[in-house]
Parts: sequence; structure tokens; C-alpha cells
Amino acid sequence: MSKLHVTSRINGEPTEFLCEAQEVLLHTLRDTLGLTGTKEGCATGDCGACTVLLDGRPVCSCLVLAAETQDADVETIESMASAEGLHPLQQQFLEQAALQCGICTPGFLVAAKALLDENPDPTEEQARYYLAGNLCRCTGYDKIIRAVLDAARQIREQNREVESA
Amino acid sequence: MTEQPPTFRWVGQRPVRPDGEDKVTGRAAFAADFTLPGLLQGAVLRSPHAHARIVRVDTSRALDVPGVKAVITAADFPDIPDELASNNGGPPDFQDLSDNIMARHKVLYEGHPVAAVAATSMEAARRGLAAIEVEYEVLPHVINVLDAMAEDAPVLHEDMRTKGIRPAPEQPSNIASRHEQLLGDPDSAMADADVVLQREFTTAPVHQGYIELHACTVRTNADGHADIWCSSQGQFMVRAYTARLLDMPLSKIRVFPLEIGGGFGGKTTIYLEPLALLLSRKSGRPVKMQMDRQEVFRASGPTSGSYITMKIAARRDGTITAVDGTLCYQAGAYAGSPVKLGCMTAFAPYDIPHSRLVGYDLVSNRPKAAAYRAPGAPMASFAAESLIDLLARELDMDPIELRLKNAATIGTQTAYGPKFREIGYVETLKAARNHPHLKEPLGPNQGRGIASGFWFNIGGQSSARVSINEDGTAVVTTANPDIGGSRASMAIMAAEVLGIDVAHVQPLIADTDSSAYSDLTGGSRVTFAIGMAVSEAAQHVVDILRERAALLWDVDVERVEWHDGRAESVVNGEQSRLSLKELAASSAKTGGPISHQATINAKGAGPGFATHICDVEVDPDTGYTKVLRYTAIQDVGRAIHPSYVEGQMQGGAAQGIGWALNEAYVYDDEGHLQNPGFLDYRMPVASDLPMLDTVIIEVPNPKHPFGVRGVGEVPIVPPLAAVANAIARATGKRFTDLPISPERIVGLK
Repeated sequence: MSKLHVTSRINGEPTEFLCEAQEVLLHTLRDTLGLTGTKEGCATGDCGACTVLLDGRPVCSCLVLAAETQDADVETIESMASAEGLHPLQQQFLEQAALQCGICTPGFLVAAKALLDENPDPTEEQARYYLAGNLCRCTGYDKIIRAVLDAARQIREQNREVESA
Repeated sequence: MTEQPPTFRWVGQRPVRPDGEDKVTGRAAFAADFTLPGLLQGAVLRSPHAHARIVRVDTSRALDVPGVKAVITAADFPDIPDELASNNGGPPDFQDLSDNIMARHKVLYEGHPVAAVAATSMEAARRGLAAIEVEYEVLPHVINVLDAMAEDAPVLHEDMRTKGIRPAPEQPSNIASRHEQLLGDPDSAMADADVVLQREFTTAPVHQGYIELHACTVRTNADGHADIWCSSQGQFMVRAYTARLLDMPLSKIRVFPLEIGGGFGGKTTIYLEPLALLLSRKSGRPVKMQMDRQEVFRASGPTSGSYITMKIAARRDGTITAVDGTLCYQAGAYAGSPVKLGCMTAFAPYDIPHSRLVGYDLVSNRPKAAAYRAPGAPMASFAAESLIDLLARELDMDPIELRLKNAATIGTQTAYGPKFREIGYVETLKAARNHPHLKEPLGPNQGRGIASGFWFNIGGQSSARVSINEDGTAVVTTANPDIGGSRASMAIMAAEVLGIDVAHVQPLIADTDSSAYSDLTGGSRVTFAIGMAVSEAAQHVVDILRERAALLWDVDVERVEWHDGRAESVVNGEQSRLSLKELAASSAKTGGPISHQATINAKGAGPGFATHICDVEVDPDTGYTKVLRYTAIQDVGRAIHPSYVEGQMQGGAAQGIGWALNEAYVYDDEGHLQNPGFLDYRMPVASDLPMLDTVIIEVPNPKHPFGVRGVGEVPIVPPLAAVANAIARATGKRFTDLPISPERIVGLK
């Protein structure tokens, strides 16, 4: 069977790629497009290491067919920092040592961004439940949760400054 | 007069880790992120049986599958002669390791490899595997530790005669070895005691649970050289093991360490690299292999499950006089559980004059156990610390006071050999006693548990190079994978010695051809032993810089001092200074580039102790145990980068909580693993845990330039008993079998 031709927007760029009908987005991102920041930890949707945003919603890219992204927006970890610098979540993860080995970090950052897009002022419990689909084996989550809550605070303050300016 | 603590500029600070930005932007390359042109995909055919004889393997049809370029079986592996089986007298046994990564005559567990293929795509590789015919003669199997010891148990290895028993048994069995550790006269002490308590304990095998799948890429050249890109806890380990298994000279293999996505001991051995190398050699193409998560569960790592009987004796005043116990550890399919380490660590925090601990290393039809954080210690400590909690209840003593009364301190004779020098166990107990956690009120169905733990920490062969760049910045090259922030601590120690800004120190992790040998990352040795090598190399660089300054000033080098990154001396009656930057810029005039490599066999590792406090609430209706509060207190000697020290303490605690409450390998009657995925093998998630409070105690290790002991192992030791002791106080029932999962608690009603 010939491959499917898919056109989507990946990290804001119109992107065309060929994929097998049964191919999952995770493999297209990593193997076809070279976006290896998205990690495979289980391929069954249980660890969250492959989390990307699909039209703004966090999804496990191991559970999404690449062909489903036709005309869709896909955001991966590679688009989180900008030319101006790191996203506040990335900055807080660094300053608070919220990563040890770092393999789960891209998935956590993307999921945390989705959380803060949805809820700019989450409680600790809300953050813990929202991120319960992302496994980390190194940190015990303490520093991750603190980094997410502090990044939320920082973003709220930035937004207030923008509004009052 | 109290000694003033040393003041440091960088040690104890929390700079952003040098590799951090790569890891938050997705740029860091882990094992599976590496690729080469013309890459083939490798895949492994694995046994569907727990125990079977391999009658016939026919791979001829696999090569006919379009896209399949190479097939291998055990016939492609050289036999390892007896004289090359051991690793300089220690583990691993290379005959076993070879058999484990590719079964020869029998398969010994579900998931045991029997063949592998390389193909142009994963789909083609899978079709190739499906075309391989294997005829098995299925044999009776044995999974559980006590069943494996039974006289009529199916025997895994016909040549296994229990070591450590004299005369050697004539019949084969699944008991690989017996180990006895004796101190004093435990029988008499038991007879004279006021109180004797005895219990049986079991713990389930648990997996290290690293999120990164095992993966590697191998390219072989026509001249016989091979390049390996992989993640592991030691690139020199990968090189040595691969060379031994394939009968290759070390100089023909170069291993490039990629970022490691968690190991916890589970990546101190190899599974895929020799397979990929053989497939590459046969196909003439580079080959990438990656396990899927099911393969990781079925065929890599877990640590041993255990069955332990333990007895403790004490006087009425709380003095523990004797312990006596038997520890049976599952090694998996091949000998080599950490049962000896269990015996050594169980009661190490205490000064107990009489003890006898007997360990049995047992094989059964499970994947071969691999190291997991403080190997062997958590299970033994679970038994020991549960008994101490029971003793505190029996004697109506506070559990911290009982531990303080018996705590090991400087001069205490350990049961495993040495006398302790400077240690900080008492300090952890005193910090626990004064911690506000103990003042938090407890409600109905809530309980508080205390437990302590010990790990030796280790040194070993270590290398590090410090080189000064032309602009006065520095590169620190080491050969130990950074598994949890060690680049940051290496940079801090080098900056401290050199007296320059830590941001001007770039750490680098070298491949096997670019550095002198170094033992692998494990046993909590890196910050201690590699840190020692880094400090020594940096100190030598400082001495070179002083010599260069002496040359420029034309003074005796003894008159040149080094302060804050500058050479200082009185030259012609004037106080003169030359910065590192100036000395680096003038290096051409003073003797050339400035660099030093330190190679050491680090001695003097300082033992680590921890005390943990855990509060739980047990829901009697659902059986769910909620951890309400958790405090981990540990003597680390010196915290070089406190954030990553805390991170180790928190991560170890979380793993221990998972071990206590949920994690377990579950088998059906056929010997098939029932939960080889993260859905059913449930590790703690963010919503399962509270914030994990930490208290860092610093009783410096006098043998390390900054006082480092090591951090990573100890924190997984106390949580098993801390959780069980908390549940005992919340429910009034003592659980001696782990995990204490909801269905076992609901059974209380």
C-alpha cells in the first residue's frame, strides 16, 4: 500500500509528510521529522513521555495516528522556547532542579503548559491530578510540582504587568 | 572551642545544571534519539515459555522475508571458556550473561531471547521474527522463592551445586549459594534476653522503572572496529562486557555514552549491544535496537523478591542484644541476587553485639535480577526496621529513642566487618526527634511510621581531566554518565578548587577512546569518587598555574599562593597578582597548554545513614493508603549541589513508597508475567504523593576533599518499613508482606 500524504502544522510551520496508515504520530515526529524531543516510554499511553499538544489539547502521541493530524496543529517540546528565551516552565524546571535524568521532562513540560493554558492558577492538588498521566521515576514529583506552581505564578505576574502597562 | 565549618564559594550553591537547557528543550540525545544513514532496525524473538528446552531453531525462512538483512541465534555467539567466565573473580558471570542475552540450550523465563533479526523497517523485522521456527520441549517451571527451594522443584541448571556448603552437595538444586555472617554468640544472647520477637517477611520483585527504554545503535566496520552509541551506567562496562561476550579486543570497540533516561542500577549490565553488533557485522549496515516496555519488564532488571525470617532479642531497658535471621533472595534465572548485601546492611545502623544472618541466593524462572538502588538493602531493612518498631511497641518505648539507644556511632563494630569511623546516624535520629513533622496531629485511621537505613557508599577506579581554555575558562572531562545532575556537582567542585565562576566550567562526558578508564556510575560513588578525581585534577592544575606564575615573576614557586582564581606573590617587594585568565593567555610562553588528568582508585567512602518519617491515612472501605506527610533525613557528608541531593532523597523515597504499597511482578500459573506495562505495574504518580520534605545532615567524610559521602542509595532503604510501620499504627495490624496493596487492607474488615 502506498503511503498517505498528510499536511498539518507542526510547531507553527505548515508541514507535509508521508506516513503509513497505521503509523503513530510519535514515530512520525521522531523518525520522519527528526523531532526527537518527544520521547517513547511505553507506547501504550501510560507514561506521558510522548505528550504533545494536538489543537491545544495534550495527547499521548503514541496513541494518535499520524494521519489524524491532517489540517491539525501539533506542538512539541521543540516549540516551547522562543528566540526571546525559555518558557517560564522551562526556566522554573531548571532553577528548581525539577529534572534528574530528563527523559520525562519534555512530556511534563508540554502537559504542564496545557494545564496552565487551561487553568492559570492551579492548586497543588489540581496540578498533581492533571499531571498524573506523566510518570517520573527520579524526582518523586516534589520539585516538578513546585516548578509548575511557581511558573504559574510567574506567568500570572507577567500577564498582570502586561495588562497594567 | 567548636571548629568553624569551612566556607565555600560554590559548594552548597544551587547553580542551574550545565546540561539543563538541552534537557528542557528536547535537544538532549538519549539512547533512542541517535540515528545513522542506512540504519537497520533490530528486533528480538523471545520465549513464550517460562522454562523449556530449545529443540530446534530454524531461521532459514526469515532471510527470505523482504527487508530482512540478518538473523542471529546463540550459534553466532562464541562459547566462553571457564577461565574467562568471571570478571576478575567478581560478577558478572560472563557465561551466564551470554546465555541471558541469547538462550543456548534452554529458555529459563518468559521473554528470554532465542533469536534476533535486523531489517529495513520495524515491520519487516517483525515479519522476519514471525518466520523463525522454534521447537520447544516445555519443562515444569518454578516462580516463587520457597517453591524453588523445595526438594522436588524443577531444576533450572543441572550443574548448579550450592556454593558455601561443605561438603558440596551432590545433587543439583536451585540454591546457588549460602552465605553466613556471624558476630558473637547469638544463641546464648537469645537465651538470656528479656524479650525475643520473631516474624516472617516477604517482598515482591520490583522493577527499577526507568522511563527510558533500553536502546543502542551499533556500526561495525570492515576492519573489525565497532562503534556503539547507547545509554548505560558505564560506557567502559558496555565495552568490556560486549568485548568479552563476542571475544573481541577492547581496542576494537568504542562506546559513545548518550544521555541516560534513568537507570537506578538496571543499566549496569547489557542486553542488546552484542546482538546489534553481530547483526551489524552480518548485514554490513548499522543496526539500532530498542526494547519496548513489555520487553523491559519481561527481560530486564527487576530486583529480587525475598522471603525473610528474622528474630530480635533485647533487654527490658531497650538494649538490643542479638539478631538471628535467614534471608532468601530470588536471583531470577541465573545466580547472583544481592542477598549478601542484604545481610550486611540489615542491622548496620545498630550496635548489636551478637548476630547471625544467613543468606540464600535462589534461581527461579524469572528474568535475571539486576541491581536496583542500594541492592539488597531495602528488603532486609524492611524486616529489621519492622521488628524494631514491634520491639518499641512491646517495650512501650518511643521508636526514635529505642533507635538512639542502640545507634551505631564512631567505633561501633559492624557485623559485616569494619568498625565505623565518623558517621552521622545519631544526627539523623536527633534531627527526626526535633522535626516539626512529629508535632503534626494524627486523626482516625492515620498513623506515623519511623524507619532508618544504611548504605556503604563506594569508591573505585575513577578518572577526570581538567583543561584550561585559552580564555581562562575550564573543561572538566569525566567518563561517568550523568544520571541525576552529576555534571553540575563536577563543575562546582572544579570551580571551587580553581577559584573561578562555576559558569566558566564546562563539564563533558567522554567516550571510551577519549578518557582513561572509570568504573560505572553506581553505588552512590560518582560525587564521592569522581569528585575526588576532579578535585585532584583541578588541584594539580592550580599547581601548574602557580608554577607558570612563578616563571613569569621569576620567583620560587613556593612563594606563589592561589586565591580566588589568582596567583599571588610578593614580587620585588610589591604584592602582585596574575589571574587564571592572564596565565591562560600567556601559556604559550610558559610551557604550553594547561591540563591534568587524575586517575585514582578512590578509597575511604563514608557510610550513609537516613531516618524517614511517614504519615499515612488508610481508608478501611477502599483499602487505599494515602501518604499524608513524608520527611527524609540523611547524612550526606557534604551536599555539593543541595537541590540534586534533595532530589535523590525524594526520588528514592518515592520508589520505596511504590515498593511498599503497589509495585509487584504478578505471574499466572504458566509462568507468564501478567503486568508488563505501566498501567498494571503501577508506579507512584504525582497524585499519589505529597511533598517530600528533606533534611540534609552534613557530617563530613574526612577522606573526601569536600566531605562527600554519596547520596543516591540510602533513601530507598527506609521507606518500606516507614510505610509499613505507619500502616501498623493506623490500622492496628502489622503487615509483613509487601506490597501492602488495597485488597490486602480491605481484607482486614
